[in-house]
Amino acid sequence: MLIIISKKFSLTLETILYAMKKLIFIIPFIAIALSACAQQPESSVKAEDPIALTYTTEVIVSDIPIAWGLEFLPDGSMLITEKAGELIHFKNGVKTNIEGVPEVYNRGQGGLLDVKLHPDYKNNGWIYISYASPEGEGTGGNTAIMRAKLSGNSLTNQEVLYKAGPNTTRGQHFGSRIVFDNDGYLFFSAGERGDHFVNPQDITRDNGKIYRLYDDGRIPEDNPFVNTPNAKKAIYSYGHRNPQGMIKHPVTGEIWAHEHGPQGGDEINIVQKGKNYGWPVISYGINYDNTILTEITEKEGMEQPLFYWVPSIAPSGFAMVTSDKYPDWKNNLLVGSLKFGYVERLVLENNKVVKREKLFEGIGRVRNVMQAPDGFIYLGVEGKGIVKVIPN
Amino acid sequence: MKLFWFILFSLTFNTIYSQNKDLDESMKRGSDIYQDFCITCHMGNGEGLAGAFPPLAKSDYLMNHRAKSIHAIKYGLQGEITVNGKKYNGLMAYQGLTDEEVADVMNYITNSWGNKNNMMVTVKEVSEIKK
Repeated sequence: MLIIISKKFSLTLETILYAMKKLIFIIPFIAIALSACAQQPESSVKAEDPIALTYTTEVIVSDIPIAWGLEFLPDGSMLITEKAGELIHFKNGVKTNIEGVPEVYNRGQGGLLDVKLHPDYKNNGWIYISYASPEGEGTGGNTAIMRAKLSGNSLTNQEVLYKAGPNTTRGQHFGSRIVFDNDGYLFFSAGERGDHFVNPQDITRDNGKIYRLYDDGRIPEDNPFVNTPNAKKAIYSYGHRNPQGMIKHPVTGEIWAHEHGPQGGDEINIVQKGKNYGWPVISYGINYDNTILTEITEKEGMEQPLFYWVPSIAPSGFAMVTSDKYPDWKNNLLVGSLKFGYVERLVLENNKVVKREKLFEGIGRVRNVMQAPDGFIYLGVEGKGIVKVIPN
Repeated sequence: MKLFWFILFSLTFNTIYSQNKDLDESMKRGSDIYQDFCITCHMGNGEGLAGAFPPLAKSDYLMNHRAKSIHAIKYGLQGEITVNGKKYNGLMAYQGLTDEEVADVMNYITNSWGNKNNMMVTVKEVSEIKK
């Protein structure tokens, strides 16, 4: 009898011990999950499917693997940058590769990136390109800005206006959109090149920054850090991760940029002189392995985003609709999603996002979004090419 | 006789040990490459993203199509593929990796998240896969 009882007892004890062992094993995971949840408040507004979509898409230029940047020349023809290093002139249905494009560092996210015309292109002919360049100090590449002119099918009068350094062989975060503001200043972004604890918060280093230059590459005398010892004088704002969408607000003239967060924490920011946007000290995102990157989302002296995405959509390309071709989208933001393969429409009220909608879901990785001079919206879709948004 | 067994044992042991060491080091380098170039789409545990980016963890495509997988990492991949019964038709961009980096990342992804690859991918094997 005694033996039976003790056997029973030991069995129960074993079960308890077993359960405790299991529990101990699980506790860290619960803790991680809980803290991750606590750290990641989801976006205040969720993306919805459209109720009735009165627009459709049409492929205008096909067979371009990654149409990173797009510009329209005054004659209506297109200049398209293909990431691997080709500058394509698309005119009357024919693609021509422009000769004399600088050597690009086509690795990871690097390559031939954005293209932009000078606001007075008609008179001066300047074309601006951003690209990952292997030139300069160190092995690898880093973001560069060049201006040049188009003579026939060649890129001539080439001037490198800025080259971020040092080079690195890392694959991430080159930026790099180009925008001119109403005063003719040239803005461009350079991502933090995968070195987030080193670059974004240090204004004596390149990367993780938005820069401002005169159109000829000179540094404006009133840039915020011109008098700071050892600072990179071209820096306009810092604490960025990887801005791949940047526009001039068509009404206020402000520069608006969005940037990729890590896992969660993509942001839209209004870019202001000398401001610190916080990466990686503050972030709404976590690491890809679900570990915590930073405990805080706010800090004095660091800007809060106008909007943040959790979960990430991986934003690339940015436009504000102003044309009369899309009356129901007027003054809305459009953002490409590389992750979910759609275009996100964001409705703003007093600079707050009040509605989000998923357009053209399943179209493919949307690399670029722009409103062209003809008023139509054009997309760069990976694996396809240039796609136009047209009324049904 | 004892000496013979001893030598045989140590030879075998050393071979296995150095192979494992080579694999470990390759996987470690491959893990860095994965963090740098792959993780944004294929995610932290190789789970991918349903409908957009195929999984690498327990992926039949990766484990059964060794040469095609190396080719995809080396040159990029476009067009429809089927992974674990689901179709994917996205674009995986050319990443600009060296043959050594391709071998390292292959050794990492084919030996992680429940995958097991008994034959180490070598730089020579990668270099022999042509466009």
